[in-house]
Amino acid sequence: MNLHEYQAKQLFAEYGLPVSQGIAVDTADEAVAAAKEIGGDKWVIKAQVHAGGRGKAGGVKLVSSEDEIREFTNRLVGTNLVTFQTDEKGQPVSKIYVETCTDIERELYLGAVIDRSTQRVTFMASTEGGVEIEKVAEETPEKILRATIDPMTGASPYQGRDIAFELGLKGKQVNQFASVFMKLARLFDECDIALIEINPLVVTTDGDIHCLDAKLSIDSNALYRQKQIGEMRDHSQEDERENHASEFNLNYVALEGNIGCMVNGAGLAMGTMDLVKLHGGQPANFLDVGGGANKEAVSEAFKIILSDEGVKAVLINIFGGIVRCDIIAEGIIGAVKDVGVSVPVVVRFEGNNAALGVKTLAKSDVDIIAATSLTDAVEQVVKAAGGA
Amino acid sequence: MSILIDKSTKVICQGFTGSQGTLHSEQSMAYGTKMVGGITPGKGGQEHLGLPVFNTVREAVETTGAQASVIYVPAPFAKEGMLEAAAAGIELIVCITEGVPTLDMLVVKASLDAQGVRLIGPNCPGVITPGECKIGIMPGDIHLPGKVGIVSRSGTLTYEAVKQTTDLGFGQSSCVGIGGDPIPGSNFIDILGMFEDDPQTEAIVMVGEIGGTAEEEAAEFIKSNVSKPVVGYIAGVTAPSGKRMGHAGAIIAGGKGTADEKFASLQAAGVNTVKSLADIGKTLQEVTGW
Repeated sequence: MNLHEYQAKQLFAEYGLPVSQGIAVDTADEAVAAAKEIGGDKWVIKAQVHAGGRGKAGGVKLVSSEDEIREFTNRLVGTNLVTFQTDEKGQPVSKIYVETCTDIERELYLGAVIDRSTQRVTFMASTEGGVEIEKVAEETPEKILRATIDPMTGASPYQGRDIAFELGLKGKQVNQFASVFMKLARLFDECDIALIEINPLVVTTDGDIHCLDAKLSIDSNALYRQKQIGEMRDHSQEDERENHASEFNLNYVALEGNIGCMVNGAGLAMGTMDLVKLHGGQPANFLDVGGGANKEAVSEAFKIILSDEGVKAVLINIFGGIVRCDIIAEGIIGAVKDVGVSVPVVVRFEGNNAALGVKTLAKSDVDIIAATSLTDAVEQVVKAAGGA
Repeated sequence: MSILIDKSTKVICQGFTGSQGTLHSEQSMAYGTKMVGGITPGKGGQEHLGLPVFNTVREAVETTGAQASVIYVPAPFAKEGMLEAAAAGIELIVCITEGVPTLDMLVVKASLDAQGVRLIGPNCPGVITPGECKIGIMPGDIHLPGKVGIVSRSGTLTYEAVKQTTDLGFGQSSCVGIGGDPIPGSNFIDILGMFEDDPQTEAIVMVGEIGGTAEEEAAEFIKSNVSKPVVGYIAGVTAPSGKRMGHAGAIIAGGKGTADEKFASLQAAGVNTVKSLADIGKTLQEVTGW
């Protein structure tokens, strides 16, 4: 789960990290009032969306008058901001963050992720602040400094000082950086963070270390113990159909093709999509109905798949492990009747009671193509959808 | 021979009296697994499925001599379940639970590594040595004792590979689902090394998926450490970047972890890759000449 910048900075502030004074607002009037409350004669105003690249996309502006604040806020709120990280629709803007302006001497990068290879939380820092870290990693990997956190002992200040000296920080900045490092490590641990990115972390013209941006992702598996953070969730930034599916314990991801897929198991669901593509078709979605698929789940899965108007045929691929294929067959028959499925449906059963499942489908009065093998199923559905 | 478990392995179950623990313990026992008891704190002294219930893993190990433990407790309790099993002297922990927080796994993995305890999972179907011992939620009847070692990050894809090798009569030495999480207790390399050393295993099927670099690391390992034929399949060629595909660990992040990269690494290491998951058995037949 991702947070907005203003929410991340709120958490940063709670952990004593140096962030600008800012207020998140919904309207132009509120934005003007926020600027007055913050004081000064220059502010930075930023559209709040779950995507990077806002600056280049016109979602961040340095302003010095009430008119500019109104113009920016009125122009962006209620629209979608398209950046290089979003799809062509962009992400909806409902909040604007008004912040004090910071005079920058140097831009740095500081981030932390869970590194799957070393199985450690790893901090990464670079002198190349303000640019994409992926690009730095690709082109000049030697410019990325790393600190690995031992899960048994936690972070130590020396690791922060080590990076600070390597970054060329001087005087009070070294201890300031080490303090930022230690506070971030504590935040990472206590809030079940999956990713922190501060790009840029800056040295101000006064010579202080300051977190100018803040990006946070939280481990969704840990939300049960991160209630405060869970309440910050902004559903408008997420895919509506994916969220709807998750309410029914279905994993759904929309794709571009015309063959709807309903599969049990995440790996098999991916493998089925790949097989459709391999046989010249285009999968319309990823959908894992889970291990305990019942009639309700299958009905809901049909509704979600068919809400995509591009779907011309549906492939159901079930490997019955604990679930029995004949039970699933009844679910499919019921769902096809309830939902009113009008596109061809191809079903492949394997495993637990597969033969009985096929027989159940054959006996019913609904029009379902029962496939004899996985390859047969995919070939049939590609044909039914209009061919390769 | 086989890897990890055989007919003499004594198994206990953590979360024994819960619905998942009950259902799958019953099926494991019906398969012939040497289940010797279970743990549910506060229910010690009772009997469940004809086996003793203990309050603690330590008590269960002292009383039954259990070597392996299978964990079905809910995600918020999985970390302590694994740590308790390790501290009690369990040698092999199989954690089926899905949804364990990643930071919990960092601590568990570091602690278990330091103690030399083997963990399979979490978020996995488990381990089976066909005809001898089944620890986990996989359907027993699709398996056949035999000569193929199967290791996979996905449950149902494992079943596909199992079914195909059963239908062709090759059978399986052991099948290990290492799970779909970003921080698995055991990785491909751990299991590949065991299959290489296991005389019963004559060929290996490795099923990977998008996300992380475990398959790339496995490819490096295979190049210099595995002499047996390996058939490799990777799911997620059509998966879009930045989307989590069901499994917590199945995500292409920052353009890294794609199926194409993984296929290329495996091919460079001499692995026989298959693009269609329906061709796993057929390809195995071709490369082994069986």
